[in-house]
Amino acid sequence: MTGLMLTKDTADASSSNSDNRDHPPAIHSREEGSRTVWQLSGTWNTRSVHLVDAQMRELERTKAQQNVVIDISAVERLDTAGAWLVERLAAARINAGADVEILGASEAAQTLLPAVRRAIRSPESSSRERQPFFLIRWLELLGRAMESAWLDFIAGTYILGATIRGAQMKLGRGHAVNPAAIFNQIDRMGVGAIPVVVLICSIVGAIVAQQGAYQLRWFGAEIFIVDLVGILALRELGVLLTAIMVAGRSGSAITAEIGSMRMREEVDALKVIGLNPIGVLVFPRLVALVIAVPCLTIIANAATLGGGMLVALLYSGIPPEAFIDRLHASVDLSTIFAGLIKAPFMALIIGIVASVEGMKVGGSAESLGRHVTSAVVKSIFVVIVLDGLFAMFYVAIGF
Amino acid sequence: MPDSSPDLMRQTGETNSDAGTRPVVLSVRDVTVAFGEKVVLENLSLDVYRGEILGFVGASGTGKSVLLRTVLGLVPKKSGSVEMFGVDLDDASEQERVLVDMRVGVLFQHGALFSALTVKENIQVPMREYLDLPKPLMDELALLKLEMVGLPPDAADKFPSELSGGMIKRAALARALALDPDLVFLDEPTSGLDPIGAADFDELVRTLRDTMGLTVYMVTHDLDSLFSVCDRIAVLGGKKVLVDGTVDDMMQVEDPWVKSYFRGKRARQIDLSARAEVN
Repeated sequence: MTGLMLTKDTADASSSNSDNRDHPPAIHSREEGSRTVWQLSGTWNTRSVHLVDAQMRELERTKAQQNVVIDISAVERLDTAGAWLVERLAAARINAGADVEILGASEAAQTLLPAVRRAIRSPESSSRERQPFFLIRWLELLGRAMESAWLDFIAGTYILGATIRGAQMKLGRGHAVNPAAIFNQIDRMGVGAIPVVVLICSIVGAIVAQQGAYQLRWFGAEIFIVDLVGILALRELGVLLTAIMVAGRSGSAITAEIGSMRMREEVDALKVIGLNPIGVLVFPRLVALVIAVPCLTIIANAATLGGGMLVALLYSGIPPEAFIDRLHASVDLSTIFAGLIKAPFMALIIGIVASVEGMKVGGSAESLGRHVTSAVVKSIFVVIVLDGLFAMFYVAIGF
Repeated sequence: MPDSSPDLMRQTGETNSDAGTRPVVLSVRDVTVAFGEKVVLENLSLDVYRGEILGFVGASGTGKSVLLRTVLGLVPKKSGSVEMFGVDLDDASEQERVLVDMRVGVLFQHGALFSALTVKENIQVPMREYLDLPKPLMDELALLKLEMVGLPPDAADKFPSELSGGMIKRAALARALALDPDLVFLDEPTSGLDPIGAADFDELVRTLRDTMGLTVYMVTHDLDSLFSVCDRIAVLGGKKVLVDGTVDDMMQVEDPWVKSYFRGKRARQIDLSARAEVN
């Protein structure tokens, strides 16, 4: 032990620029009778071994079965990395059928080399698996994606069922509904989202009105922008924009909250206490979403119409009275409900997708980030697909 | 007296009474640390000598972790200086700091392994940062470090979340040893391990000290570690180092906390069994 310390002592502890005095590692080969002598010199430590790694590997691969002496007496410093190279060379030569002798090991090296030798394994153990044909890999990817989509669906239905079942796992006291938690969530997910929803929807309403007016002007039919904005906003835009905003705002929050609780075993603690974690964590959020999203949709509808009305006044000179008058003619209650009915379903989908992703979070910070991302992407995707399904459904029933 | 120390002194011609002449690896001088008005450490001085295992104890909340973090530069100090390998860390140029950083390894209390990387990648982080090693050699060195800390090779491709508490400590130690440091800081290395695992870990620290020539600064509460592997013990109390010396020295100290710590019921039992083992 002390010997090794003395090797390291060649650079005095109190001299900071000791590294400048290092000699690079070197290998000198010479023949001595029937034996090959490899004389190593210089500093063989973690910082310098990359200089000789390639050369050492070449020596390991030589075909000759001559007996070998590795002389390390001229090595100034040796640490585990240097010792590894020496032992790796020795092991390779022994495997090739040669006799190997290591000479000139200092007292420190005599403790270090055997410690390193234990890590040498037969080369077979490190052989890599061959990558399969790319078509197979592609099919495997497809299969995995299908399976995980199916498992997500199962998990989603499980969460929906567990939510409906309520908070407590054991049939005991306690209320399934915790009004305070639900109102808190409505405040965060609904009230907190009003400014951004109003802003986005009024801008989109204004853009649609402006584009419509510009095109319809050619036909002298500018007044029909009211029909355009009114039907588009109430049936599609209001609810779709709201759902996308909520998926981005609240879906990510739900996944992150549940996911970080999983990482710190809080979800397991809930289970052990006898509570259904999905009932406790997911239920208030789902209820809050189902209440908040339709309300937000109504606000979004108003904001979209407001933006359209403003552009109609400023760009096409249609006064608000005429706009509202025309709106009465083109839109009826069924148009409003066609949009509004979709809102709770979208809220449910966002909440379930976000909760499923949150429950899938594993131990690492990276997995949290990955699942939050996929929660937002998946819920926006599902919301748009759902919107399309509703459109087909309405056409089929003539709504 | 732990068995390795007399050996060391005989060979290097040093004696315990003449501790001042042994090479000092880490020197803390008159360090004061305060958070706002609350002074945690005041004019604290401490030397760590080459090749020793220093055990650092103190009641909870006396600032052991603060001192460790101050030495590592993670907590700013009000006054005083910290020298590692003769380099004053406040005056050091960036180049000198990097050279010092490469010679220091740290094992944090909870491992602090990067959760997004496998164990092997964790060990390779410092290698990638500082060294220019070819990939196959880096893999080999990572596996070598794993072997040295007593982890099986198949742990290399696992993520930290898949490891047990003891394996996390060992993997974190392997990362601390990635660059073959001269000085390692261990923050409560045996906390959260079962007694057998803790004893193994102590033995591992001693073996590594002997094979790699490490100097070890170990914050610990584990009386077993203090009695079995530490060459020297420093006690933190009253914002400075109360006493430092061997276990036998601790037995003579009359400070109430030190007395109850080293001569309490638990300590006596361990001491007796440790002495029985030696004889």
